[in-house]
Amino acid sequence: MLRMLIELRRVGLLAVVLALLQASAHAELTIEITGAGANRIPVAIADFGGDPAAARIVTSVVRADLERSGLFKMVDGGGLAMTETTTPPFEDWKSRGADALAAGSIGGSADGRQEARFRLYDVNKQSVLGGSAFVTSRTMLRAAGHRIADVIYEKLTGEPGVFSTRIAYVVRVNAARYELHIADADGQNAQAALISKEPIISPSWSPDGSRLAYVSFENKKPVIYVHSLASGKRIVVANFKGSNSAPTWSPDGSRLAVVLSKDGGSQIFTVSADGSGAQRLTTANAINTEPQYSPDGQWIYFTSDRGGSPQIYRVGVGGGDPQRVSFEGSYNVTPRLSPDGKTMAFISRRDGGFRLSVMDLASRQVQVVTDSQKDESPTFAPNGRMILIATEAGGRGVLSAVSLDGRIKQRLSVTAGDVREPAWGPFNK
Amino acid sequence: MKQFVIPAALLLLLAACSSTPDKDASAGAPVETRGGPGVATVTAQGVDSHNLPAVLTDPNNILSKRSVYFDYDNYEVKAEYKDLVASHAKFLTGNRQFKMLIQGNTDERGSREYNLALGQKRADAVKNMLALLGAREDQLEAVSLGEEKPKNEGHNDDAWAANRRADMLYNGEF
Repeated sequence: MLRMLIELRRVGLLAVVLALLQASAHAELTIEITGAGANRIPVAIADFGGDPAAARIVTSVVRADLERSGLFKMVDGGGLAMTETTTPPFEDWKSRGADALAAGSIGGSADGRQEARFRLYDVNKQSVLGGSAFVTSRTMLRAAGHRIADVIYEKLTGEPGVFSTRIAYVVRVNAARYELHIADADGQNAQAALISKEPIISPSWSPDGSRLAYVSFENKKPVIYVHSLASGKRIVVANFKGSNSAPTWSPDGSRLAVVLSKDGGSQIFTVSADGSGAQRLTTANAINTEPQYSPDGQWIYFTSDRGGSPQIYRVGVGGGDPQRVSFEGSYNVTPRLSPDGKTMAFISRRDGGFRLSVMDLASRQVQVVTDSQKDESPTFAPNGRMILIATEAGGRGVLSAVSLDGRIKQRLSVTAGDVREPAWGPFNK
Repeated sequence: MKQFVIPAALLLLLAACSSTPDKDASAGAPVETRGGPGVATVTAQGVDSHNLPAVLTDPNNILSKRSVYFDYDNYEVKAEYKDLVASHAKFLTGNRQFKMLIQGNTDERGSREYNLALGQKRADAVKNMLALLGAREDQLEAVSLGEEKPKNEGHNDDAWAANRRADMLYNGEF
């Protein structure tokens, strides 16, 4: 934080500093794990060696990340001292029930930087599964912990971890204060990218993670902006007569699918990321909204009431006749495709409740994942293993990360205000 | 065609950046953070409102009434609101310098973006009626606030009915 303040003073942005301080006072997300997978892998993370304060931070981040994923069970090491250079006492760890073991240390360097090193072992085979070293600094220790957890996750599950990714979401503090936040995937390091008296909805990450497209009502109507996160520089991408909403990026980041009412009704268009070259894709005199590109860039999935009730359709990016995708039930909205393009998350009204559902696109098989009343805005983790949604708990807006089978659940909430409109960012390259 | 709206705070921010001697910092002004690439905070500014002629605000005049209410999942202007819409159409016809923003709203149930589109249908319905009765296209803009600006923040039938609404605002009010 101190370093951040110095940086900001240097460029003379006192107003921004004040805004930031205000934002962080009530903005911390807390995570509560409310469900876990059936067959969790027992893993031991030995206390990291080296500088005790730094080691404690890294150790706790790695353990918390793995635990939170719902795929691992932490095995208590009982303070057994070891680092990545120790020959592991495998029999000890085996008797404690660990299938995998990680050990490491934090080493300092002359320029004030630090290095976090670790090794991962298969306890039963008594072999090395992998290891890495990450250069870090006192303020980047949590990031190093996330990197280490990502490697362990990938080695043990075969899929990349998402602990180093970021999420965006909107906090409604009260009727006159809305904040667009960016936080680490564990809810820490939350920062306000935009503070407004008017609502902000539909944030969408550019594929490279540098920009967010969103809809802001600061001009008393919905207008689409693209906001560069590092600079805070914003451009208006669509402010046509009428409403401008529902932006999502093409997989190559060159275009946005948007909804414009400039020609009457809500129609789907694509525009360049700078707002030029609007091309209309839908023509039906009905509601057409919530477009999203398929990961191969060939289709745009969207919601329409052209058949009498809101259902999900898809249309080729070059236009043509839309095909209906959802059939079960009378209200199916907000299609969001998994990164591999095989699964579609959406919200379905069932027994009066709005519930997260998933469809296997090959078989069209639908599974209702939650039993909530008010699920909204699903967004896939970049590895496709979890879906983050907005939902309600105790009359307040919270975020919930849910595995595709509904077993693993984490709840993210802030103490003051409603959290909503989540968007899970891409892999951090 | 397209307007680039740059809020005052952003202009100040840009001005502050350009006046700093440190070119590297002014180019992007990245904020160093612990978790990854930085995020700079921007504060969005609202729009000022101005005074309106008394005829539009006098509570005894029908023109002071600005709201049309709708049934659930419906965007048809009901008969009881036709006099109200006709009165505003007449005012707009006689006062061509006035412009109107029609904001459609919905209750909280369902997807935010779908509700934004539903609110647009409601605003369009009022706008089309105003145009039919003589208001000019360039005096009218229909937009939607979806479920984002509830007049009643409750979670029951009464609140939902109050929020299924289109509001007619004159220039100065938006």
